[in-house]
Amino acid sequence: MFRIDFNKLRFLVCDDNPHMRRILRTLLHSFGAREVYEAEDGATALEMYSHYVPDIVIADWAMPIFDGLELAQMIRQPDSKGNPYAPIIMLTGHSEKRRITMARDAGVTEFLAKPISAKGLYLRIMSVVAHPRPFIKTKNYFGPDRRRNTTVAYIGPERRNGGEAEVLQQPSLLDKARVTG
Amino acid sequence: MAKNKAPAQPKVQAFADHHVITPPNTLKHAIRRVIDRELDDPVARAEQALANLSGEFKTWMRSECDRLSAAHTVTLKKGFDTQTRGELFRAAHDIKGDASTFGFPAAGAAAESLCRILEHAPDLDAVPPDLIQHHIDAIQAIVREHNTIEKAGVANELSARLRAVADDYLTVVNRDRPDHLEMISAPSIAPKE
Repeated sequence: MFRIDFNKLRFLVCDDNPHMRRILRTLLHSFGAREVYEAEDGATALEMYSHYVPDIVIADWAMPIFDGLELAQMIRQPDSKGNPYAPIIMLTGHSEKRRITMARDAGVTEFLAKPISAKGLYLRIMSVVAHPRPFIKTKNYFGPDRRRNTTVAYIGPERRNGGEAEVLQQPSLLDKARVTG
Repeated sequence: MAKNKAPAQPKVQAFADHHVITPPNTLKHAIRRVIDRELDDPVARAEQALANLSGEFKTWMRSECDRLSAAHTVTLKKGFDTQTRGELFRAAHDIKGDASTFGFPAAGAAAESLCRILEHAPDLDAVPPDLIQHHIDAIQAIVREHNTIEKAGVANELSARLRAVADDYLTVVNRDRPDHLEMISAPSIAPKE
């Protein structure tokens, strides 16, 4: 059985709602985290991301200036001077399949639909720490491998050529988002 | 003097049209093996901390309602533009996401219905003002009269009826926009209460 030493991890929480930031801070501190930095909009979060170099980013979607999706896209710049690989957990009230696909395609690592639960948050953090996925770089995508399983029934186009399928057997982001926590 | 160790580099595999990059696992130092019977339960500890915080939830919910009401007042004065619509949407969206955590799930459901109107109505200025006003009033009432109407099941009934009226309206005004119709009818993946 494995546990996470949260006191060895540095978190950046980005949410424009002060109440949600307080809840996240409370949960993370209860898990054992000591370093939790907070930003109330995407622009401040990006600055803090460069300055504090967090291990894990937890971001809301709907925020002023630029939103969580844009923040993820800005972090996932393969040629940036900063770390483009940090896990991003999107915590949001958006709960439609279309939104999850958009988040995935922006390079979000895990998706957690509100209402928040301690278990749901813990499981997402455990997932990104214990089961990191390789990154894929194509001409129009850079982010964690979006393939989480294989299916013999797949009949769509093969979008990757020139190598064996690199697949990790994990639940899809949609299935994980459905977990009640 | 010892030299600083160079940071580990990502391992890159190049293929015809993509690269597979395996970054160094910088978080593995935070994982430790524990014995099964270790008593410490971080999730239970966090749930207890959240319960300790719950005394503040009603005050927080009221301030969320005030923010929603203020944003709505601005739209009544200025009309809908990117900024006023954005602020009203974010206020409603925050209630949608937070209300269940704060103990007001019916307010969250009414806020979700309002979010759907703000997101899918093709012309917000053409939305019947009463439709938006009733959502705002319902959310306020559910929070204000929480102890009485929530227990009687009125809050859930109110939210459900608002949602039905809003969905009927959105179905009609989006009849020529199949992509929106599909989104309106798509099921939510949000956890159930």
